[in-house]
Amino acid sequence: MIDNGTFWFVTIALGIGTYLIRFSFLGFLGGRQLPDWLLTHLRYVGVAVLPALVTPLILWPASMGGSFDPLRMTAALAALLAGWRFGVVWSIAAGMGCLWMLQYLLR
Amino acid sequence: MHETERQSLRASYWRGLRDCSPFILIIIPFSTVFGVVARDAGLDLLQVVSMSVIVIAGSAQFTALSLLQEGAPVFVVLIASLAVNMRMAMYSAALVPYLGKAPLGMRMLMAYVMVDQTFAVSVRTFDSEPEMPLRQRIAYYFGSVTVVCLPWYLCTFLGALLGQAIPASLSADFAVPACFIALFAPMLRTLPHIVTAGVSVAAAIVFSSLPWNLGLIVAALLAMAAGAQTEFWQRRRIARMGTA
Repeated sequence: MIDNGTFWFVTIALGIGTYLIRFSFLGFLGGRQLPDWLLTHLRYVGVAVLPALVTPLILWPASMGGSFDPLRMTAALAALLAGWRFGVVWSIAAGMGCLWMLQYLLR
Repeated sequence: MHETERQSLRASYWRGLRDCSPFILIIIPFSTVFGVVARDAGLDLLQVVSMSVIVIAGSAQFTALSLLQEGAPVFVVLIASLAVNMRMAMYSAALVPYLGKAPLGMRMLMAYVMVDQTFAVSVRTFDSEPEMPLRQRIAYYFGSVTVVCLPWYLCTFLGALLGQAIPASLSADFAVPACFIALFAPMLRTLPHIVTAGVSVAAAIVFSSLPWNLGLIVAALLAMAAGAQTEFWQRRRIARMGTA
Protein backbone atom coordinates (compact mmCIF):
# COMPACT_ATOMS: atom_id res chain seq x y z
CA MET A 1 0.00 0.00 0.00
CA ILE A 2 1.38 3.40 -0.99
CA ASP A 3 1.23 6.05 1.73
CA ASN A 4 -1.10 8.93 0.82
CA GLY A 5 1.31 11.73 1.81
CA THR A 6 4.24 10.08 0.01
CA PHE A 7 2.12 9.65 -3.11
CA TRP A 8 1.15 13.32 -3.32
CA PHE A 9 4.65 14.53 -2.54
CA VAL A 10 6.16 12.32 -5.29
CA THR A 11 3.46 13.19 -7.83
CA ILE A 12 3.72 16.94 -7.33
CA ALA A 13 7.54 16.95 -7.23
CA LEU A 14 7.65 14.74 -10.31
CA GLY A 15 5.15 17.02 -12.06
CA ILE A 16 7.18 20.16 -11.31
CA GLY A 17 10.50 18.49 -12.21
CA THR A 18 9.15 17.11 -15.47
CA TYR A 19 7.66 20.47 -16.38
CA LEU A 20 10.98 22.24 -15.80
CA ILE A 21 12.79 19.66 -17.96
CA ARG A 22 10.27 20.24 -20.78
CA PHE A 23 10.35 24.02 -20.43
CA SER A 24 14.17 24.25 -20.12
CA PHE A 25 15.56 25.02 -23.56
CA LEU A 26 12.35 26.04 -25.29
CA GLY A 27 11.52 28.39 -22.44
CA PHE A 28 14.85 29.97 -21.63
CA LEU A 29 16.61 30.00 -25.01
CA GLY A 30 13.55 31.16 -26.92
CA GLY A 31 14.23 32.76 -30.27
CA ARG A 32 18.04 32.79 -29.93
CA GLN A 33 19.94 31.38 -32.91
CA LEU A 34 21.74 28.15 -32.01
CA PRO A 35 25.19 27.35 -33.48
CA ASP A 36 25.36 24.95 -36.43
CA TRP A 37 27.23 22.15 -34.61
CA LEU A 38 24.51 22.07 -31.94
CA LEU A 39 21.69 22.08 -34.49
CA THR A 40 23.35 19.17 -36.27
CA HIS A 41 23.35 17.19 -33.02
CA LEU A 42 19.76 18.13 -32.22
CA ARG A 43 18.59 16.78 -35.57
CA TYR A 44 19.29 13.27 -34.23
CA VAL A 45 17.62 13.57 -30.82
CA GLY A 46 14.55 11.48 -31.63
CA VAL A 47 16.38 8.67 -33.33
CA ALA A 48 19.03 8.67 -30.56
CA VAL A 49 16.59 8.45 -27.63
CA LEU A 50 13.79 6.19 -28.83
CA PRO A 51 15.81 3.06 -29.82
CA ALA A 52 17.62 3.18 -26.46
CA LEU A 53 14.24 3.42 -24.73
CA VAL A 54 12.88 0.42 -26.67
CA THR A 55 15.90 -1.91 -26.40
CA PRO A 56 15.47 -3.01 -22.75
CA LEU A 57 11.68 -3.30 -23.21
CA ILE A 58 12.27 -5.82 -26.01
CA LEU A 59 15.28 -7.69 -24.60
CA TRP A 60 14.15 -7.91 -20.98
CA PRO A 61 10.35 -7.38 -20.89
CA ALA A 62 9.02 -6.93 -17.33
CA SER A 63 5.84 -8.86 -18.17
CA MET A 64 8.00 -11.93 -18.89
CA GLY A 65 9.80 -11.56 -15.57
CA GLY A 66 12.68 -9.82 -17.34
CA SER A 67 13.67 -12.78 -19.53
CA PHE A 68 14.10 -12.69 -23.31
CA ASP A 69 10.99 -13.53 -25.36
CA PRO A 70 11.62 -14.52 -29.02
CA LEU A 71 7.99 -13.69 -29.92
CA ARG A 72 8.32 -10.10 -28.71
CA MET A 73 11.65 -9.81 -30.53
CA THR A 74 10.11 -11.02 -33.79
CA ALA A 75 7.12 -8.69 -33.39
CA ALA A 76 9.47 -5.77 -32.75
CA LEU A 77 11.40 -6.51 -35.95
CA ALA A 78 8.12 -6.72 -37.87
CA ALA A 79 7.09 -3.32 -36.46
CA LEU A 80 10.47 -1.85 -37.39
CA LEU A 81 10.35 -3.12 -40.96
CA ALA A 82 6.70 -2.10 -41.51
CA GLY A 83 7.35 1.33 -40.00
CA TRP A 84 10.42 1.87 -42.13
CA ARG A 85 8.72 0.74 -45.33
CA PHE A 86 5.09 1.92 -44.90
CA GLY A 87 4.83 4.34 -41.94
CA VAL A 88 3.36 4.69 -38.47
CA VAL A 89 -0.01 2.93 -38.69
CA TRP A 90 1.48 -0.13 -40.36
CA SER A 91 4.23 -0.30 -37.82
CA ILE A 92 1.79 -0.49 -34.91
CA ALA A 93 -0.51 -2.91 -36.75
CA ALA A 94 2.39 -5.18 -37.77
CA GLY A 95 3.90 -5.18 -34.27
CA MET A 96 0.75 -5.97 -32.30
CA GLY A 97 -0.67 -8.24 -35.05
CA CYS A 98 2.53 -10.26 -35.32
CA LEU A 99 2.73 -10.77 -31.53
CA TRP A 100 -0.90 -11.87 -31.25
CA MET A 101 -0.59 -14.22 -34.22
CA LEU A 102 2.59 -15.84 -32.90
CA GLN A 103 1.11 -16.21 -29.42
CA TYR A 104 -2.00 -17.78 -30.90
CA LEU A 105 -0.02 -20.21 -33.07
CA LEU A 106 2.72 -21.16 -30.64
CA ARG A 107 1.13 -21.14 -27.19
CA MET B 1 -6.53 38.29 -38.45
CA HIS B 2 -7.46 37.77 -42.08
CA GLU B 3 -9.98 35.12 -42.97
CA THR B 4 -7.43 33.34 -45.20
CA GLU B 5 -4.91 33.18 -42.38
CA ARG B 6 -7.48 31.83 -39.98
CA GLN B 7 -8.28 29.16 -42.54
CA SER B 8 -4.65 28.17 -43.01
CA LEU B 9 -4.17 27.97 -39.23
CA ARG B 10 -7.23 25.76 -38.93
CA ALA B 11 -5.87 23.58 -41.74
CA SER B 12 -2.51 23.26 -39.94
CA TYR B 13 -4.25 22.35 -36.69
CA TRP B 14 -6.24 19.58 -38.40
CA ARG B 15 -3.15 18.36 -40.20
CA GLY B 16 -1.23 18.00 -36.94
CA LEU B 17 -4.22 16.21 -35.45
CA ARG B 18 -4.44 13.87 -38.46
CA ASP B 19 -0.69 13.15 -38.57
CA CYS B 20 -0.63 12.20 -34.90
CA SER B 21 -3.92 10.27 -34.90
CA PRO B 22 -2.41 6.79 -35.55
CA PHE B 23 -0.98 6.98 -32.04
CA ILE B 24 -4.48 6.82 -30.58
CA LEU B 25 -4.16 3.08 -31.26
CA ILE B 26 -1.30 3.02 -28.77
CA ILE B 27 -2.28 5.71 -26.29
CA ILE B 28 -5.55 3.96 -25.50
CA PRO B 29 -4.05 0.61 -24.37
CA PHE B 30 -1.01 2.31 -22.76
CA SER B 31 -3.01 4.71 -20.61
CA THR B 32 -5.67 2.12 -19.81
CA VAL B 33 -2.97 -0.26 -18.60
CA PHE B 34 -1.57 2.54 -16.42
CA GLY B 35 -4.99 3.06 -14.88
CA VAL B 36 -5.36 -0.65 -14.17
CA VAL B 37 -1.85 -1.06 -12.73
CA ALA B 38 -2.20 2.04 -10.55
CA ARG B 39 -5.50 0.84 -9.09
CA ASP B 40 -3.83 -2.53 -8.45
CA ALA B 41 -1.09 -0.72 -6.53
CA GLY B 42 -3.79 0.68 -4.24
CA LEU B 43 -4.24 4.22 -5.58
CA ASP B 44 -7.75 5.68 -5.64
CA LEU B 45 -9.47 7.12 -8.72
CA LEU B 46 -8.53 10.73 -7.91
CA GLN B 47 -4.86 9.81 -7.35
CA VAL B 48 -4.61 7.88 -10.63
CA VAL B 49 -6.11 10.64 -12.74
CA SER B 50 -4.19 13.40 -10.91
CA MET B 51 -0.91 11.65 -11.64
CA SER B 52 -1.72 11.48 -15.36
CA VAL B 53 -2.77 15.14 -15.47
CA ILE B 54 0.13 16.50 -13.37
CA VAL B 55 2.94 14.43 -14.91
CA ILE B 56 1.66 13.33 -18.41
CA ALA B 57 4.66 11.06 -19.01
CA GLY B 58 3.74 7.39 -19.23
CA SER B 59 7.12 5.75 -18.78
CA ALA B 60 8.01 8.00 -15.81
CA GLN B 61 4.63 7.31 -14.21
CA PHE B 62 5.18 3.56 -14.52
CA THR B 63 8.69 3.93 -13.08
CA ALA B 64 7.49 6.00 -10.11
CA LEU B 65 4.62 3.65 -9.43
CA SER B 66 6.69 0.47 -9.43
CA LEU B 67 9.36 2.03 -7.18
CA LEU B 68 6.72 3.38 -4.77
CA GLN B 69 5.23 -0.09 -4.62
CA GLU B 70 8.63 -1.58 -3.81
CA GLY B 71 8.92 0.94 -0.99
CA ALA B 72 11.99 2.69 -2.45
CA PRO B 73 13.10 5.91 -0.69
CA VAL B 74 11.37 9.04 -2.02
CA PHE B 75 14.54 10.57 -3.47
CA VAL B 76 15.32 7.37 -5.40
CA VAL B 77 11.78 7.36 -6.83
CA LEU B 78 12.18 10.97 -7.94
CA ILE B 79 15.67 10.62 -9.41
CA ALA B 80 14.80 7.45 -11.35
CA SER B 81 11.58 8.89 -12.78
CA LEU B 82 13.14 12.25 -13.63
CA ALA B 83 16.03 10.42 -15.35
CA VAL B 84 13.47 8.72 -17.60
CA ASN B 85 12.17 12.19 -18.47
CA MET B 86 15.59 13.79 -19.04
CA ARG B 87 15.20 12.91 -22.74
CA MET B 88 12.62 15.68 -22.90
CA ALA B 89 15.33 18.26 -22.28
CA MET B 90 16.74 17.13 -25.61
CA TYR B 91 13.27 17.40 -27.20
CA SER B 92 12.92 20.87 -25.73
CA ALA B 93 16.23 21.93 -27.28
CA ALA B 94 15.38 20.32 -30.62
CA LEU B 95 12.13 22.33 -30.82
CA VAL B 96 13.91 25.68 -30.29
CA PRO B 97 14.81 26.21 -33.98
CA TYR B 98 11.15 25.68 -34.99
CA LEU B 99 9.08 27.07 -32.12
CA GLY B 100 11.52 29.18 -30.08
CA LYS B 101 10.15 32.47 -31.45
CA ALA B 102 6.63 31.77 -30.15
CA PRO B 103 5.35 34.05 -27.33
CA LEU B 104 6.38 33.03 -23.79
CA GLY B 105 2.86 32.05 -22.69
CA MET B 106 2.55 29.80 -25.71
CA ARG B 107 5.91 28.18 -25.00
CA MET B 108 4.85 27.54 -21.41
CA LEU B 109 1.80 25.69 -22.67
CA MET B 110 3.80 23.81 -25.32
CA ALA B 111 6.20 22.60 -22.63
CA TYR B 112 3.36 21.09 -20.58
CA VAL B 113 2.15 18.92 -23.48
CA MET B 114 5.58 17.95 -24.85
CA VAL B 115 5.58 14.15 -25.19
CA ASP B 116 7.38 11.63 -27.43
CA GLN B 117 4.63 11.47 -30.05
CA THR B 118 3.94 15.20 -30.42
CA PHE B 119 7.67 15.92 -30.54
CA ALA B 120 8.53 13.25 -33.13
CA VAL B 121 5.60 13.98 -35.44
CA SER B 122 6.02 17.78 -35.31
CA VAL B 123 9.76 17.79 -35.87
CA ARG B 124 9.47 15.41 -38.81
CA THR B 125 6.99 17.77 -40.48
CA PHE B 126 8.84 21.01 -39.58
CA ASP B 127 12.08 19.49 -40.86
CA SER B 128 10.62 18.49 -44.23
CA GLU B 129 8.83 21.85 -44.69
CA PRO B 130 11.24 24.62 -43.66
CA GLU B 131 8.99 27.27 -45.25
CA MET B 132 6.09 26.67 -42.84
CA PRO B 133 5.27 29.96 -41.01
CA LEU B 134 5.62 30.05 -37.19
CA ARG B 135 1.88 30.46 -36.52
CA GLN B 136 1.08 27.43 -38.63
CA ARG B 137 3.74 25.41 -36.81
CA ILE B 138 2.16 26.34 -33.49
CA ALA B 139 -1.27 25.33 -34.76
CA TYR B 140 0.15 22.06 -36.10
CA TYR B 141 1.84 21.32 -32.76
CA PHE B 142 -1.37 21.81 -30.78
CA GLY B 143 -3.25 19.69 -33.31
CA SER B 144 -0.86 16.82 -32.68
CA VAL B 145 -1.19 17.35 -28.91
CA THR B 146 -4.99 17.08 -28.98
CA VAL B 147 -5.08 13.44 -30.09
CA VAL B 148 -2.43 12.38 -27.59
CA CYS B 149 -3.13 14.22 -24.35
CA LEU B 150 -6.94 14.15 -24.21
CA PRO B 151 -7.13 10.35 -24.76
CA TRP B 152 -4.30 9.99 -22.21
CA TYR B 153 -6.40 11.61 -19.45
CA LEU B 154 -9.62 9.91 -20.48
CA CYS B 155 -8.26 6.36 -20.80
CA THR B 156 -6.27 6.51 -17.57
CA PHE B 157 -9.60 7.30 -15.94
CA LEU B 158 -11.37 4.47 -17.79
CA GLY B 159 -8.57 2.01 -16.99
CA ALA B 160 -8.78 2.91 -13.31
CA LEU B 161 -12.57 2.51 -13.47
CA LEU B 162 -12.66 -0.78 -15.39
CA GLY B 163 -9.83 -2.38 -13.45
CA GLN B 164 -9.12 -5.96 -14.32
CA ALA B 165 -11.56 -6.29 -17.22
CA ILE B 166 -8.65 -6.23 -19.70
CA PRO B 167 -7.35 -9.77 -20.37
CA ALA B 168 -3.62 -10.33 -19.88
CA SER B 169 -3.54 -12.42 -23.09
CA LEU B 170 -3.70 -9.17 -25.11
CA SER B 171 -0.09 -8.37 -24.01
CA ALA B 172 -0.98 -4.69 -23.74
CA ASP B 173 2.49 -4.06 -22.27
CA PHE B 174 3.91 -4.55 -25.78
CA ALA B 175 2.00 -1.44 -26.91
CA VAL B 176 4.72 0.68 -25.28
CA PRO B 177 7.75 -0.54 -27.31
CA ALA B 178 5.55 -0.87 -30.43
CA CYS B 179 4.69 2.81 -30.10
CA PHE B 180 8.31 3.90 -29.77
CA ILE B 181 9.33 1.76 -32.76
CA ALA B 182 6.54 3.30 -34.84
CA LEU B 183 7.93 6.72 -33.87
CA PHE B 184 11.50 6.19 -35.02
CA ALA B 185 11.26 3.57 -37.81
CA PRO B 186 10.08 6.10 -40.43
CA MET B 187 13.01 8.39 -39.49
CA LEU B 188 15.61 5.85 -40.70
CA ARG B 189 15.93 7.48 -44.11
CA THR B 190 19.56 8.64 -44.23
CA LEU B 191 22.92 7.12 -43.26
CA PRO B 192 23.41 9.39 -40.19
CA HIS B 193 19.94 8.45 -38.90
CA ILE B 194 20.68 4.73 -39.30
CA VAL B 195 24.08 5.09 -37.58
CA THR B 196 22.40 7.01 -34.72
CA ALA B 197 19.80 4.29 -34.17
CA GLY B 198 22.45 1.54 -34.30
CA VAL B 199 24.67 3.24 -31.72
CA SER B 200 21.61 3.94 -29.58
CA VAL B 201 20.66 0.25 -29.39
CA ALA B 202 24.25 -0.95 -28.83
CA ALA B 203 24.95 1.62 -26.11
CA ALA B 204 21.61 0.91 -24.40
CA ILE B 205 22.74 -2.73 -24.03
CA VAL B 206 26.28 -1.88 -22.91
CA PHE B 207 25.15 0.67 -20.30
CA SER B 208 21.97 -1.12 -19.18
CA SER B 209 23.39 -1.83 -15.73
CA LEU B 210 23.90 1.86 -14.82
CA PRO B 211 21.66 2.91 -11.92
CA TRP B 212 18.67 5.31 -12.11
CA ASN B 213 18.11 4.80 -15.84
CA LEU B 214 21.28 6.74 -16.57
CA GLY B 215 22.07 4.21 -19.32
CA LEU B 216 19.33 5.78 -21.43
CA ILE B 217 20.86 9.24 -21.18
CA VAL B 218 24.40 8.00 -21.90
CA ALA B 219 23.19 5.97 -24.89
CA ALA B 220 21.21 8.92 -26.28
CA LEU B 221 24.16 11.32 -25.99
CA LEU B 222 26.59 8.85 -27.64
CA ALA B 223 24.12 8.10 -30.45
CA MET B 224 23.48 11.80 -31.07
CA ALA B 225 27.23 12.45 -31.34
CA ALA B 226 27.59 9.49 -33.73
CA GLY B 227 24.81 10.83 -35.97
CA ALA B 228 26.26 14.33 -36.04
CA GLN B 229 29.77 13.03 -36.77
CA THR B 230 28.45 10.94 -39.65
CA GLU B 231 26.76 14.02 -41.09
CA PHE B 232 29.95 16.11 -40.71
CA TRP B 233 31.91 13.32 -42.44
CA GLN B 234 29.39 13.27 -45.32
CA ARG B 235 29.63 17.07 -45.67
CA ARG B 236 33.45 16.92 -45.77
CA ARG B 237 33.30 14.20 -48.40
CA ILE B 238 30.91 16.22 -50.57
CA ALA B 239 33.13 19.30 -50.17
CA ARG B 240 36.21 17.31 -51.22
CA MET B 241 34.43 15.88 -54.25
CA GLY B 242 33.31 19.40 -55.16
CA THR B 243 36.88 20.74 -55.29
CA ALA B 244 38.43 17.66 -56.90
